[in-house]
Amino acid sequence: MNDVNWVQLSIVILIFGAVTAMGFMAARWRRTGDLESLDEWGLGGRGFGTFITWFLLGGDLYTAYTFIAVPAAMYATGAISGFFAVPYTIVVYPIIFIFMARLWSVSHRHGYVTPADFVGGRYGSRGLSLAVAVTGILATMPYIALQLVGMQAVFETMGLGGDNLLAKDLPLLIAFAVLAAYTYSSGLRAPAMIAFVKDGLIYLVIAVAILYLPHALGGWDSIFDAAKTKMETQNPATGKPTGAFIPGEAGYSAYWTLALGSALALFMYPHSVTAVLSTKNRNVVRRNAAILPAYSLLLGLLALLGFMAIKAQVNIKGLDGLNNPQLAIPRLFDQEFPSWFAGIAFAAIAVGALVPAAIMSIAAANLFTRNIYRDFLKPDATPAQEAKVSKLASLLVKFGALIFVLGMDKTISLNLQLLGGIWILQTFPAIVGGLFTRWFHRWALLAGWAVAMVYGTIRAYNVVNPVTGKHFGGSLANIPGTDKQAYIALTALVINLVVVIVLTLVFKALKVVDGVDSTHASDYTADAGDPGVKDLPELLDEGGATAKS
Amino acid sequence: MSKLSAVRPAYWIAGVVLAVSVVVPLLVSTYARDEPRLWGFPFFYWYQLMWVFISAITVSIAYQLVIREERRRRAAQGLGKPGEGAK
Repeated sequence: MNDVNWVQLSIVILIFGAVTAMGFMAARWRRTGDLESLDEWGLGGRGFGTFITWFLLGGDLYTAYTFIAVPAAMYATGAISGFFAVPYTIVVYPIIFIFMARLWSVSHRHGYVTPADFVGGRYGSRGLSLAVAVTGILATMPYIALQLVGMQAVFETMGLGGDNLLAKDLPLLIAFAVLAAYTYSSGLRAPAMIAFVKDGLIYLVIAVAILYLPHALGGWDSIFDAAKTKMETQNPATGKPTGAFIPGEAGYSAYWTLALGSALALFMYPHSVTAVLSTKNRNVVRRNAAILPAYSLLLGLLALLGFMAIKAQVNIKGLDGLNNPQLAIPRLFDQEFPSWFAGIAFAAIAVGALVPAAIMSIAAANLFTRNIYRDFLKPDATPAQEAKVSKLASLLVKFGALIFVLGMDKTISLNLQLLGGIWILQTFPAIVGGLFTRWFHRWALLAGWAVAMVYGTIRAYNVVNPVTGKHFGGSLANIPGTDKQAYIALTALVINLVVVIVLTLVFKALKVVDGVDSTHASDYTADAGDPGVKDLPELLDEGGATAKS
Repeated sequence: MSKLSAVRPAYWIAGVVLAVSVVVPLLVSTYARDEPRLWGFPFFYWYQLMWVFISAITVSIAYQLVIREERRRRAAQGLGKPGEGAK
């Protein structure tokens, strides 16, 4: 079992090496200014058009989540906890179409780089801005952790690691070091450049897998039938069916709330906002909303690899002797393909985890630098100091993610992302609400956020995995007062909104002072080239409105 | 500058089209069944994959509607065409 597959390993190292080299070269690519400034390091100079953005957003959104976590969930428990990702990625685009262009416009007129910048400027509240920043950083960590778990699964399948503590985590630490090194030196340019390679590799692997595997395994019919049989079999630990092949009536609310909650949450993540803000005009993101669904199709087909793994009866016992569903897909490739092709597939997965992890850590670092370091710690920081702090913060965020990987229940890694979703979605009222109306009171938003964060965290903590007995074992809980299950993020959002609305009415009636809005209605529709819409690098020198007010 | 005080029909249609593409894929009860199968795919699975294409089309329609309306509005205000400013 513990024999290293040298063919696979050499190919992965080769591709990994090439990609790393590209990352370092990317530092010189399409450069418009000095890399020592935050805008240049963290937003790639904000000059990306439709084509590059498509790759960047794709690189950002379709990750180890797609390649490992979703198929693993399909493999383990079927449609409800896995296939909801398809409606999730279908409904996310109409949603971002509606509000993202407004965020682009107002950000470019006021020099906002992060969602917290916008909230601070819109509501004149550093407290609210801080809440948004802290949530962004916190929620990003489990999402990065998911990427690391994906890479770990690949390395374990190649035979790296073992059952002693050091050997087990060594490959993870190496991947972590590579990621840290090239992100540190190249900023956002590195992942944008690598996204091309990554997507090319992924398309290749998927095309081969989808065309070849069903044929080799006896056709789609028999794959679905094998999955159906497994899902209907009783799980000895719980006495219930293993999973859902097609959701029954009791599963409807879980299915659609997972899809909708994830969709609303996705563009609250700082890294999604970073990618959108680095586009060159307000309509690039809308055009992308129309062409990004191509990725959803890939996601759907990849999810079904989980069912193929059931049919192929792959062995998911890890090197530590425990069953690990995250190994289902890498083991499927290992079992059904020649070593050299499995090596290419593994490289695709590893790079596919590396790129988004880099983008996410950069975005979280931007948040820290602008909304915590500059607003609270050192208001007169120079651009060079900001870039330096940001680079260090991106390292710290990665360490935070590593703690999530090592400390949490990994049986269903998808939960890591869903947990992040519970937190990040609570910034939705302040951000999206703020894009359309200034009616909400800043303290009401802060109170709604706090209540929902506490509620969501407690509910998630109380979900105990029946097999391992660990907390944070899932992201579904009954809607209070009913026996219907729903994604905790969405229930918490409803509570959040109720608190915000009620308290806004109260505060307005009591005439509690509301903050000063430094934006103007016309800011939300402005486009590149309009008066007041700044080009780079002027933006950075003036700084966001948050720092002043 | 007029805020969108009078919301134009184009925005309405785009809004409805987008709302449909969010709501319909979430009506689980309408597609949670096995039959009819297509190329071996249960209805539940192929129906949702089909929505990937429908959604790409509806979002494109919304894009065309909105962009045309914005061009008209911006021209009336003497601003440049959307997306063609700057360098």
